[in-house]
Amino acid sequence: MATPASNRALPAIQVDPTNKPYFDAAREGKLLIGLCKDTGKYFWYPRGCSPFTLSNNVELVEAKGTGTIYTYTVMRTKEPYCVAYVELEEGVRVFTNIVDCDLDAVRIGQKVKVVFKPTTGDSPPATMFTPA
Amino acid sequence: MSISGKAYIVGAYEHPTRKADDKSVAQLHAEVAYGALQDAGLTKDDIDGYFCTGAAPGLGPLNMADYLGLTKLRHLDSTDVGGSSYVLHVGHAAEAIALGLCNIALVTLAGRPRAEAMATGTAPRTWGANVPDDPFEIPYGRTVANAYAMCAMRHMYEFGTTSEQLAWIKVAASTHAQYNPHAMLPKVVTVEDVVNSPMISDPLHRLDCCVISDGGGALILARPEIAKSLKRPLVKVKGHGEATKNQNAGYTDLTYSGARFSGPRAFEEAGVTPQDIQYASIYDSFTITVLIQLEDLGFCEKGQGGKFVADGNLISGVGKLPFNTDGGGLCNNHPANRGGMTKVIEAVRQLRGEAHPKVQVPGCTLALAHGTGGLLGTRHGSATVVLERE
Repeated sequence: MATPASNRALPAIQVDPTNKPYFDAAREGKLLIGLCKDTGKYFWYPRGCSPFTLSNNVELVEAKGTGTIYTYTVMRTKEPYCVAYVELEEGVRVFTNIVDCDLDAVRIGQKVKVVFKPTTGDSPPATMFTPA
Repeated sequence: MSISGKAYIVGAYEHPTRKADDKSVAQLHAEVAYGALQDAGLTKDDIDGYFCTGAAPGLGPLNMADYLGLTKLRHLDSTDVGGSSYVLHVGHAAEAIALGLCNIALVTLAGRPRAEAMATGTAPRTWGANVPDDPFEIPYGRTVANAYAMCAMRHMYEFGTTSEQLAWIKVAASTHAQYNPHAMLPKVVTVEDVVNSPMISDPLHRLDCCVISDGGGALILARPEIAKSLKRPLVKVKGHGEATKNQNAGYTDLTYSGARFSGPRAFEEAGVTPQDIQYASIYDSFTITVLIQLEDLGFCEKGQGGKFVADGNLISGVGKLPFNTDGGGLCNNHPANRGGMTKVIEAVRQLRGEAHPKVQVPGCTLALAHGTGGLLGTRHGSATVVLERE
C-alpha cells in the first residue's frame, strides 16, 4: 500500500531582515547554509551570528543540495506529509519535508536532493527534498 | 552553594477536573492555589514567593498575583521551559528559599486546552512572533507529535527499539490509572491495544500519546523550620538539575535528551544514584519521551530503554522502577499540555505514603521527578528533582 505525498497548502514564511538572503536565494533555486568564518564550520539554521563563537563573522554559502535522511516520520493527517531531518553532504541536519514520492517507502539513510515548493502568495518557496 | 535540605514541599494539590467548560484559566489557578494552601495548612498571606509560566494569563506573574490577591510577594519567577517548568520551579523555589529571598513559595499551573478544543499535538504551533527557527520549521508542518516521532524513528534505527517495547510504557501507565478515579483513561490496555491503535505520526500510535486535559496543580515550598511546624509529612528537596538541549548548530543528535545533563546535576547535589531511587515520575508526553529520559537519567544504558521498560518493569509492585503511579500524562492528566506539575505532585504523594494503596511503593523515602518541556526533536528544557521523605 502506498501513501502518495499530498500537495498540502504551505503557509507563508516569516521573512525577516536577517533571513531574507536565504529566502531570496531559494526563489532562484539555491539552497544556502550558514558558514562561520571564525571556525570554517557550517551551521543550520541560517542566523545572524555564529553558534560556535557568537560573532557576526558569518556568511551564507551555497550547498550542493544533496544528502541523506537522518530521521523522518509520516504525519497520518487527512493530507499525509513526511517530516524529516536531512543530513546534507556538508554535514548539517536540516528540518524539512520529503515530497514527490511514496511516503511509505521513505527510509533512514535514503539519498535525497533539494526541491523548492511554492508557499502562499508572494512568500518565498520552501526547501524540501525528494529521493535522488 | 547547595540547596539540598534547604526547602521542603509542604503543599501539593492536583485539580480533579479534566474538562473545565465552566471555569476560566484564572479561576483554575485560584482553585489549585487554595487547594495547596489547604493541604499545607497555610493561608494566602503566608505566601511571599510566587512562580508561574507563560501559560498563566497576563504578563509574567503580574496579572495572576493581582487576581489571587498576593500582596506580600518579595520574590517572583516566571521561567518558562514548557512542561518541564514546574519541576524547574521546585529547584528555583528551593534556591530562593535557601538564599532567604522568600520563606513560602507558591507554584501554580492551570489551563483548559480541552475546553478550548485546541489541536495540541497534531497542528503546527509557534511560540510567538520573531522566533528565529520558525521560518525553517513551521512551513514543514512541525507539530508536537512529529517532533517526538522522529526521535522514536531514529531510536528504533540505531538501537532496534520496537513499537511493542514502547507500548509497555502505556501498559504500565494504564495499569496504574485504573486506581485513579480522576484519570481520563482508566482502562487497562495491552501491548496489542497500543500497537493496533491508529497511527498518528510513524512510529507513534494514538495510544503512544498523552491525553489532552484541562485543570492544573499547585505546590507550596517552605523553609525547614516552617515545614517542621506544619502537620504534613516532611518532603525535602534534596537535589535539582536543569538544562536545555537544542539542535547544536545543525549537528543535532535525536537519541538523547537534556536529561543527560540535568539528571547528573540533580543526583550529584542529592548525593544519590539512580539505583537508589524507589519511585520515579518521568515526563510522558509520549511513550518515547519516557524511554529516552530513563536512559539519559541513568536508569539503564543508552539504547537499552526498550528492554528496560518491557514486561512490566515500570509497574508498581511488579517491576524494578515504579513510575507515574497516578497514570501519568499518558492516562491520567496533562493539564495545559504541561505535565511537570503532576509529576512532582505524584512524587510527593508517594513520599507521603498517600498514593493509592494499590500503587503505593512500600516505605518510599527517595523519589525523582523529571520533566521535558518544548519539543524533544528540536529544542527543549529539562529539569530533574530528587525528593526525600524525612
